[in-house]
Amino acid sequence: MAQPENLLYSKEHEWVKIDGDTGTVGITDYAQHSLGDIVYVELPKVGAQVSQSGNVGVVESVKAVSDLFTPVSGEVTEVNAALENDAAAVNRDPYGEGWLFKLKLKDGGETASLLSPADYEKISAEG
Amino acid sequence: MKKTALHGEHVAANARLVPFGGFEMPVQYAGILKEHDAVRHRAGLFDLSHMGQFVLEGDGVADWADELTINAVGTMKPMQARYNIFCNPAGGAHDDVIFYRLPDRWLLVVNASNADKMWAHLNAHLKPGVRLTNRHGENALIAIQGPKSVEMLQPHADVDLSAMKYYFCSEAHVFGKTAVLARTGYTGEDGFEIFVDGAHAPEIWSELLRRHAAEGLEPCGLGARDVLRLEAGMPLYGHELTEEITPVQAGLRWALKLNKPAFIGKDALAAQVERDDYPRIAGLVMGGRAPAREGYPVFFGGAHAGEIRSGSLAPSVGNQNIATALLPKDAATIGTSVEVEIRGTRHPATVVATPFYKRPA
Repeated sequence: MAQPENLLYSKEHEWVKIDGDTGTVGITDYAQHSLGDIVYVELPKVGAQVSQSGNVGVVESVKAVSDLFTPVSGEVTEVNAALENDAAAVNRDPYGEGWLFKLKLKDGGETASLLSPADYEKISAEG
Repeated sequence: MKKTALHGEHVAANARLVPFGGFEMPVQYAGILKEHDAVRHRAGLFDLSHMGQFVLEGDGVADWADELTINAVGTMKPMQARYNIFCNPAGGAHDDVIFYRLPDRWLLVVNASNADKMWAHLNAHLKPGVRLTNRHGENALIAIQGPKSVEMLQPHADVDLSAMKYYFCSEAHVFGKTAVLARTGYTGEDGFEIFVDGAHAPEIWSELLRRHAAEGLEPCGLGARDVLRLEAGMPLYGHELTEEITPVQAGLRWALKLNKPAFIGKDALAAQVERDDYPRIAGLVMGGRAPAREGYPVFFGGAHAGEIRSGSLAPSVGNQNIATALLPKDAATIGTSVEVEIRGTRHPATVVATPFYKRPA
């Protein structure tokens, strides 16, 4: 799967879609493939204040627990409740149905430190 | 890092490889849940060639083995296979194993992680009349497990597989190669373990897949194997059995033959059975979607009571999260409510009977 062009990426293999001062966050196709079958996702609480690169939850595969980080700072406004009973959506459609949480961005300038699709493609190819 | 005779097959299949018991082994191919599904509904193929295999010869084998193990070796019928445990003097487990009684020799299969320890133990207690040969890494072991095992293996084996009784073996030929077949396994499904010389393993593996992939035969790794055995209530050494956790604590009283005159650990185990006050392995089902994992603390009545020993999502147990834990006697009763602490939050769980899953009759 080529990296969607309208997203920005982190070194921890998350993506963020920026819409004005709202961001939607998920994990990349590379991440879901590395993890294997995802069975559980623990998301931040709505209303939580999160900081860029901070640990905000976990994504669990059959065999392992992986920390979930946020690529940008802000206040969590919505989480993907459908994942509670269908964590596999993150494997099936990591950029669509498998979105994890939305937030109101704290600092629009943070996106400058994120990776472009091309730069992310490079690091995930090496990984 | 050691490699089994099938390593090239796993690489060619793009398996995810991990170190295990000193060998580079496949943890998954198409994915743990897909592989699990194959074993429960069709059949899966496992490379178990990393496990220790010892050949025992001589007239003294049965008596000698009976002094080192908790289950009866001497009463095994010709061609029978039997689960057994070697214990230390305090009753803790060195390893859980399977003995296979062949016409002119015995085969002893031990866990990969304990192969060196068990070889040293057997040799330290060697007696006249017993000869040991270590075939670890030279003999291969392929398991086919699942309801379609007989159907898929029969065309290539020269013995009547449906006539083989559970926990019995046959000397046979598979794809024309000399093999020992045993109707044994570690998944809770029907199936066979195929013991062959390492040189013949790649052909048997690849031919089975080539001919039966269309009917759903899949290569399966250690990840799927762990979910399958946990659902089937089978202990994994290092988790439900250790040098400290005894077979009695692990719920394996059925394998303990206290009527044997003497064996290492007998007195300790007999005393433990008598007192019946020991912490024991209990099966848990989590109330929610968060999986319990090895090491997570378990609370009973608000007090710390033990730790999770194994845990997983269980597709064959209604997709619930199951686990085992070593709990005090009063917490380990079926129906008891306990809590599992996951990242600082306590989640409800219930003690249930095991096995969690039994294959349909």
